[in-house]
Amino acid sequence: MAEISATLSDQLAEAVEGMPAFPKSVQRILEIARDINCQPKELVSVIEKDPVMTMKLLRAINSAYYNFPKQITTVNQSLVYMGLNTVKNMALSFAIIGVLPQKNNADFDMQQYLVHSLTTASIARLLCQQQDNKAIDPNDSYLAGLLHDFGKVVFAQFMPLQFREALAMSAEQGIPLHQAEQQIIGTDHSVVGAMLVGKWQFPRPLTEAIRLHHGTIAPENDMLVNLFIANQVSKKLAMGSSGNPVVSRLPMTLAKRFGGNLDDIIVRLGDLSRIVEEAQTFAKIGKEAA
Amino acid sequence: MKVKFWGVRGSIPSPGQKTMRYGGNTTCIEIRTDNNELIILDGGTGIFPLAQTLLKELPVKAHIFNTHSHWDHIQGLPFFIPIFIPGNTIYLYGAFDPISGAGPERIMSIQMQYSYFPVREAEMQSRIQYQTVMPGETLSAGSASVTAVLLNHPVINLGYRIECGGKSVFFTGDHEPHYNIYEPGDDGYTEYQTLIEEQWQAIVAAIKDVDVLIADCAYTQQEYPAKKGWGHGTFDSSIRLALAAKAKVLYCTHHEPTRSDDELEKVFAEALSRYTGTAGLPEIRLAREGEGIEI
Repeated sequence: MAEISATLSDQLAEAVEGMPAFPKSVQRILEIARDINCQPKELVSVIEKDPVMTMKLLRAINSAYYNFPKQITTVNQSLVYMGLNTVKNMALSFAIIGVLPQKNNADFDMQQYLVHSLTTASIARLLCQQQDNKAIDPNDSYLAGLLHDFGKVVFAQFMPLQFREALAMSAEQGIPLHQAEQQIIGTDHSVVGAMLVGKWQFPRPLTEAIRLHHGTIAPENDMLVNLFIANQVSKKLAMGSSGNPVVSRLPMTLAKRFGGNLDDIIVRLGDLSRIVEEAQTFAKIGKEAA
Repeated sequence: MKVKFWGVRGSIPSPGQKTMRYGGNTTCIEIRTDNNELIILDGGTGIFPLAQTLLKELPVKAHIFNTHSHWDHIQGLPFFIPIFIPGNTIYLYGAFDPISGAGPERIMSIQMQYSYFPVREAEMQSRIQYQTVMPGETLSAGSASVTAVLLNHPVINLGYRIECGGKSVFFTGDHEPHYNIYEPGDDGYTEYQTLIEEQWQAIVAAIKDVDVLIADCAYTQQEYPAKKGWGHGTFDSSIRLALAAKAKVLYCTHHEPTRSDDELEKVFAEALSRYTGTAGLPEIRLAREGEGIEI
């Protein structure tokens, strides 16, 4: 798979610094900042739903300036370490950049992307909880889901015309989007997403899961397995859209391990309507903000 | 090791008849190692009278550790006369602030803007060195070692443990014990509680068996609910911390600016009365401007 040059990697990382967050979180953060009695848990619930804000917050907190004993992967941890006000002010500084435009030149639907990312995140966390897997933290699985397609937002913002072409190619030819990206852009969103989280010192298993979510799914890599399945479930049930029309089949090894195909897994996941509702509510553009 | 309080007031200097006994200057603590090396904890207005005493021991070499960048911990720094005298060496240590993206150098550059202070930063003639300190990092300051510990305040606040010649002092700066932001039964409650307990253990470990703990006791336990989230401790929270860490002496500081000496003694006595007979209780004192101790 094509890697990206050091120069491009620096340019993309820098571009993300200045990238605005999603409309609903920007609106909510501004409201929270004005409300002296705001509940800290409200703040957490807003930031952890926004891939841009989460990415920037964790990037700053995991920077070499603090050298915390463990890598910080949740907004709650950030709050305990850095304090409510610091996190609130960081979120505010992300919010005042502006809002990520709903329309971009790539014709990539940000609202649908957000629903896809949020549902993938919640399903990955749910899978982890249902497995009662001590090897991975459900919160890390959530984060992997939230950020797995972050590369697409970067493409939509910074190379919109090429990305639009890739989206069109994927739709017309019915090929997976990452393959179309490779042909047109020369790399794909999993490489770019992993490059960014790797550059910002997010935990290695997370970086690897993002890098490999369209690659060979090693059955022993639990975080990757959960991310892969959550991603397919979200697509299969058309929870939002990732711009990729192709739902991948469960590799044999996984089908054996999970005792069935994707549909069986979906049945075992139970009622997902709350997850979808929450994601849709958050992704909806806040009209009341106007 | 010697410890001397030059400022014990929180928030804003509070001179006047009602604060004569405990003093009105904001936070500043002088520490002398066994070799008489100078360590200063915070540069509130108390650093100005301290500076006067240093003029007879030029050249000065001072290690100033800033807990955080709020006014009552930095306001005296531009008046720390040794910074203007050639031949002096000043080290200013502090945390990295993620909001401004800067370390302790910004404490001086912001305060010494020409509109607000008549002398420009470039006119400081001493050798001044800024060092950003990471939580958990241990630095040498002369013969002492100083370890920074991340505490909880609206801005990043580092507590410092100073060790020298087998003795130790810990200063919290401003610190409010962590509290759970979720209600019991909320999804995040248990996770958050675990995180808080981890932090509590880490802080207690950092203070463990210290000879002198100097802690933020801004509020009484009755006042606290109205000030929750403001980033300060209470007499009771600091006593609990001292007990858990098995500190030998606890100095209560960051006195409320509106609290008169009489009221301060009254609320202090009330807090102490709740711990009468508690096993392992340290000796608990009110920090008083001008008081010095040798440990």
